[in-house]
Amino acid sequence: MGIDFLWAFLIGGAICMLGQVLIITTKITSARILVTFVLIGVVLQAFGLFEPISGFAKAGVNVPIIGFGASLAKGAMGAVKSVGLLGAFTGGLQATAGGIAAAVGFAFLFSLIFKSRTK
Amino acid sequence: MNNNQRNEAYNQYVEARIPRTKPWPSLFNSFWVGGVICLLGQAIDTLILYWFPSISEQNAWAWTLIVLIFLASFLTGVGVYDKIGKFAGGGSIVPITGFSNSISSPAIEFKHEGIIYGTCVKMFTIAGPVIVVGVVASVVVGIIYWIIGLF
Repeated sequence: MGIDFLWAFLIGGAICMLGQVLIITTKITSARILVTFVLIGVVLQAFGLFEPISGFAKAGVNVPIIGFGASLAKGAMGAVKSVGLLGAFTGGLQATAGGIAAAVGFAFLFSLIFKSRTK
Repeated sequence: MNNNQRNEAYNQYVEARIPRTKPWPSLFNSFWVGGVICLLGQAIDTLILYWFPSISEQNAWAWTLIVLIFLASFLTGVGVYDKIGKFAGGGSIVPITGFSNSISSPAIEFKHEGIIYGTCVKMFTIAGPVIVVGVVASVVVGIIYWIIGLF
């Protein structure tokens, strides 16, 4: 179990550092970084490369937004397997619904509670 | 001073003024802060599986991400996440907590423009493209996967 934590830290840290390398070398905006990493996740999952990494890196690849992309693709492929072509449209969002709804829901809730601090 | 010269002078002025992040410390900080966030995710997942042994691995992950998203959203509300962001750069953007922050931050910042046109519209400034690109890519992957399955 201890090794899970070590891999999560090392792989997760390395992926985040890769994001920072992109920021330094290309002055890329955070929206583009997130989009890029989601796409990386989709591609890795589509070619079956995500699961082998996820097997030992666990949170190290699932916490970075790459995991979000991988879930989208995994959901779509899994649903295609069970319900056919319909799954290509339903599977991705089904698999990521929890994360999206939580992010939107908590953002809305906290926007009612907290005031902007940028002024 | 013609327009071109003025623009050049202005660009130089801006260039001299924008905050510089030193590359090496920022790489180090993004590495360890990002790593710690992933470590935290691993710890939450382990605790959930320990406390609720009957939960499936997949649902434990879903809960883990929801907890991380909640924490990031709350820390954005109290103004802490932005401070982490200035320090850690990619370390705070790339994890799912960065996605949560990218929704919460404009939601709170633009609430003075109203609930609909402020909060609800602006919360998708960054998350919108992420969701659009992710969903489109997953639909494409799903369709290709379906076509491959036909043969």
